[in-house]
This record gives sequence, structure tokens and C-alpha cells, in this order.
Amino acid sequence: MSEVAVSAPRTRSGAEALAWLRERGVYVALTLLVLFNLAFTANFATLGSVRLNLIQVTPIVIVSLGMAMVIGTEGIDLSVGSVMALSSALIPIYLVGYNPWVSVGICILAGAAVGLVNGFMVAVLGIQPIIATLGTLVAVRALAQVIAGRLKEFFEPFYRLIGSGNVGPSFARVSLRILIMLVLIAVVTVIVRRTAFGRRLVAIGGNREASVLAGLPVRNTLIAVYVLCAVLASIAGILETARSGAGIPGKIGLDLELSAITAVVVGGTALSGGRVKVMGTVFAALFLLLLEATLTRQNVPPAATAMIQATIIVAAVYFQRERGTR
Amino acid sequence: MSAEDVVSAAATTEPSADHAVAGSAGPDRGDRVAATIQRLAPFVVLAITVVYGAIAYGGNFMSAATFRIIAEGRVSLALVAVGMTFVIISGGIDLSVGSVLAVGAVLTAYCSLHYNPVAAIAVPMIVCSAIGLVNGVLIAKAKMAPFIVTLSSLLFARGLALYITDNATKVPNVRSDSGITNLGQGKISGVPVQILLTIAVFMVSALILNRTRSGQSVFALGGSEDAAVLMGLPVARTKILLYTASGLLAGLAGMITATRSLAGDPLLGKSLELQAIAAVVIGGTLLTGGSGTMSGTLAGVLLLGVISNLITQNGHLTENHQQLVLGFFLIAVVIVQKLLSRRRRK
Repeated sequence: MSEVAVSAPRTRSGAEALAWLRERGVYVALTLLVLFNLAFTANFATLGSVRLNLIQVTPIVIVSLGMAMVIGTEGIDLSVGSVMALSSALIPIYLVGYNPWVSVGICILAGAAVGLVNGFMVAVLGIQPIIATLGTLVAVRALAQVIAGRLKEFFEPFYRLIGSGNVGPSFARVSLRILIMLVLIAVVTVIVRRTAFGRRLVAIGGNREASVLAGLPVRNTLIAVYVLCAVLASIAGILETARSGAGIPGKIGLDLELSAITAVVVGGTALSGGRVKVMGTVFAALFLLLLEATLTRQNVPPAATAMIQATIIVAAVYFQRERGTR
Repeated sequence: MSAEDVVSAAATTEPSADHAVAGSAGPDRGDRVAATIQRLAPFVVLAITVVYGAIAYGGNFMSAATFRIIAEGRVSLALVAVGMTFVIISGGIDLSVGSVLAVGAVLTAYCSLHYNPVAAIAVPMIVCSAIGLVNGVLIAKAKMAPFIVTLSSLLFARGLALYITDNATKVPNVRSDSGITNLGQGKISGVPVQILLTIAVFMVSALILNRTRSGQSVFALGGSEDAAVLMGLPVARTKILLYTASGLLAGLAGMITATRSLAGDPLLGKSLELQAIAAVVIGGTLLTGGSGTMSGTLAGVLLLGVISNLITQNGHLTENHQQLVLGFFLIAVVIVQKLLSRRRRK
């Protein structure tokens, strides 16, 4: 294989190398960033620093997993941050006098209900996903704030555990948050790669009309995708609420939809649908977070960090652009 | 020749035959009714909410002062929504407007403080148009998705506004003795300059959209980009122009806001893009592109203003309730629009 590449004309091998690079752009960029940090950032390779990065990236990764599936169907879900806020508003209400699992169940059910509304509007009524979920973005966060009123602190061992607790034997303690994230990544990977549902959602994103003609259950699949995305968002909301130890529906998940969309797109999932890159999304989220952390560590002012990030996002998408159209 | 005639004749008679079969109710008339409802809906709903306000709150609502508050409070939304209407009709979207507005406001204040009034007008206009121009070039020439391009410039422009103000720690004030404050605070025979300016922008935009070649190519572009290319329309140039105009209008909105409040706050215009999209959609412009009106957008903007004013008048309800109503209202409008346009297509 490599022989062929070597003997081929120079332009062709150049094009192949470019294609290879494009396919793995996120990993290359992340590797470069890690190497840069190893060389120039003091105390970068310590376990504590790696752990902190992983803990911070958890909510974005979990939300991005759902977003990747939605974008794979040529949709978009702007309401994810608001669904997180809804979790944050509901948890303190169902803590006193209930088993903590009740509040978890309520949050997930509420998330699923929002997803159902989104899915119904998109799949059955045929409203564009961006405007349907814009409506729920506005309404659901407002609902969360109306329900919760002000900031509500709470102390509950269960939530302390999932917020900042560790599990496992003493020689390999792992943060429960990170463990939950890894499990969810595995679940979504299996769903996308190994199930008929996963194939269907990619097929719908690739060509919706053909999917309808092929007799695929397009409506139900779309509704399920939006429900799944909202449920993942509500789990992220539970984790964030548990970490802060308070219900802050005005703050939690604010603008997170933008970060999630960015991670998905930088990870190689085109906004035009028809492909879902789970691992690409996860590593893009890591890359974006590490980029921010790196710039902060190098004493770049936060405002300039935002500008550099924006430029890199555009460059990344421009770089991947041709792959999307082919 | 004659064969073609027959074919075309058959083609033209076919739908009417269908109608005859469909029955006396006449989907033809139903179509027209649905189309009319869709076009007039924003105005009717606006009228209903105003009448409701008049009945519920009487003189507290039906006063010149209230209407002035509503109009002045929505000037920046109105200006941004004009640009958004153009962009959405062309089949695109511009998420960067809120941040660009902040850049405009910050630069206006900064330049009036450190340089002169001319710079305070020219610099924000040039910078904001430039951001729009970059959006347009990336979308039209590099063929990147409008959503992701303008999402990035949303981040970039907010970063720029924060950078100039040293992370919002040095918010520049507009010099109150430099004539540019007339833009935000001045009046011409009792009518605020900012409102006159907004009305002028609306009228000019409506004229461009409906009465000029460029306006028609915006519709063509949104209807079918491939067809527009095949017809030889200057697709790339039109797109670049649209996004530049959107940036320019957002900058103008920022200038007005800064000269009204006398401060260049870098956090201005947060989530304004969502409000603008909502106003445009409520005004009857389809997000799929190819169809829409400026007057509808104006009604949408005013409707948002009236609704939030009514909720404030109530007294028991908070900002959160306002957002709640807004969210559900948007969903309801979109659903009704969808049902009406589906009716039309049948």
C-alpha cells in the first residue's frame, strides 16, 4: 500500500496525504497541542492536571454525543443547554423526602419530554430543527427559572458522590463523572455503529427522501434521536448540578449548545448530515477545552482566547470542507 | 411546434381538471385564503395584542409614552432583523449579529473618547462591515455552512469587543459633548432620530428587496441556489453583499445603542440573534428561504415589544415569564405557519 503511494506521481501522494490528514485532523491537532504543552507548560503531564481537564470536559462531551446524532440526521438541537437548566431546577425540588434516584428519574423524564416535543415538531410537523429547538431553548430555560426561582443549595451525599466522588479500588480511584462519561461514550458508539437504529439515523441524514421511500420508520427514528439527545443533556445537567451543589437554572448549560455544535463539527460530522463521528466529537471537545486551557496557561487574555478559538474553528471546518461534499 | 402547444395546453388544463374533481369547495380559493392568512397573520396578531392591551390596561398601555418605550426599546432588534430578513430569504443565517452589535457599540464609544466624532462613526461601520464581509466570503467563496461560519464570528466578535475593553474592565464612555449623541438621543420635531433612522432603513430595505434586481436575486437565491447559478445570477456577489449589509446594520444598531446609553458595553446584544430570528420567522419569512417580507419582520419586532410590555404591565410576572411566553409563542407561530403552508401545497 505504501509502495503504491510512493511510486505514484507526487501530486497524487500529496492528495492522499491531505485526505489522510483530513480524516484524522482532530487527532493530529490534539497530538500537536499535547506535545506543545509537554514542552512549554509546566506541570502539564501531572495526573491532577489531566484529571481536571477530563472533569471539565464531561458535560460538553455528554451533550455533544447527543448533538452528534442529531446533526447526523441533518438536524440540530439548540435546546440542550436549557434542558440542563431544567435538570438543575428540578433536582432541589425532589430531594426532600424522596430517594435521590427519584430526582434523577424526574430529570431524565423531563428531558425526554422536551426531546419528544422537539422530535414531534421536527419529524411530524416538519418544522426546521433550528427554529423548533430555538423555541424550546427559550421556553425551557424560562420554565426552569420559573420553577426554581432563586439559587437553591443542597447537601445530599448521593449528589456529592456523582458530582465529585471517586469509585474503584484504592490503587485506581476514578472520578465517577469520568466513568459515567466513558460509559455514555461507549453506549453511543454502540448505538451508532452496531444497531439498526444507528444505521437508520445516518441514512435519514444522508438522504431523507430515499429513507422514506425505502420504508424506514423515519418519523419514529427522528423522534427517538431528539429524545436521546435531550436525555443525554439532562444527564449532563444532573452532573453539573451535582458538582456545583446547587440548582442554578440561570447559569447551568448557558451557551453550551454552541460549544457542543462546535465540538461536533470540528470532530468531522458535517452539518449536512449523513455521518456521525462519535470519537471525533469526543476528541474535538477535548481539543477545544485543552486549547482554551493552554492559551490561559500561556497568559493569553480570555478575550483574545475567544478570537483565537473562533479562527481555529473556521480553519478546522475549512480544512474538512471537501470531505463533507464528497 | 403544435405538439408542444398541445403538451403545454394539457399541462395548463391539468390542474384545473384536478380542481374540478376535488369538488366545489375549490382548493384554489382555500390556497388563496391560506396564503392571505399567512401574509397578514403577524399584523392581525399585532392588532389583537394591542387591542387586548388597550382593554386590559387602558390608558396605562394606550399612551404615547408606552408606544415610544416599545419602539425605542426595539430599535437595535429592528435594525438587526432587517439584515437577518435579507439573509434568511437568501437561504442563509447570521448568528453573529449580537456580537457585532457589541463591537459597534464598543468602537463607537472608544473612538469618540480617544479620537473624534468622525472616527466614532466611520470605524465601527468599517469594522462591522468587514466582519460581515468575511462571513460572506467564507460562505460564498469557500462554500462553508452559514451556521458554522457565523457561529465562529459570534465568538470572534464577542472576543474582540471584550479585548478592546480589557475584558469589560474598561468600558469606554461616549463623549456627551461630541455631536454623535444626537444619533441615540436627538429628536427631529419631537420624533427620536433613532426611530426615524430605523423607519428609513426599513423603507429602503423593502424597496431594495421588492423593486430591484438585487432584491429579486435574493429571492431567487433562496428559492433554489442551483437554479440561480444556472440563470447566471451573481450568486457569490449577492451573498457577500447580504452578509456585509447584515454586519453593517448590526454595527449601526451598536452605534445607536452606545450613543443612547453613552457607554460601549461589550456584553450588549447577547442572544440578540435568536430574538432577531424569532422576529423574522414570526413575521412570516420562511427559514427555508425564498420567501418573506420586510413589513412582516417589522410586525414581528413590534409584536415582541408589545408582548414584553404587556407582561411588564401585569406586574406579577417576571422576566422569566416573559421568556416563557415568548418561547411558546414562537413555537405556536411556527406550527401554525407550517400547517398553513402545508394547506397551500395540497
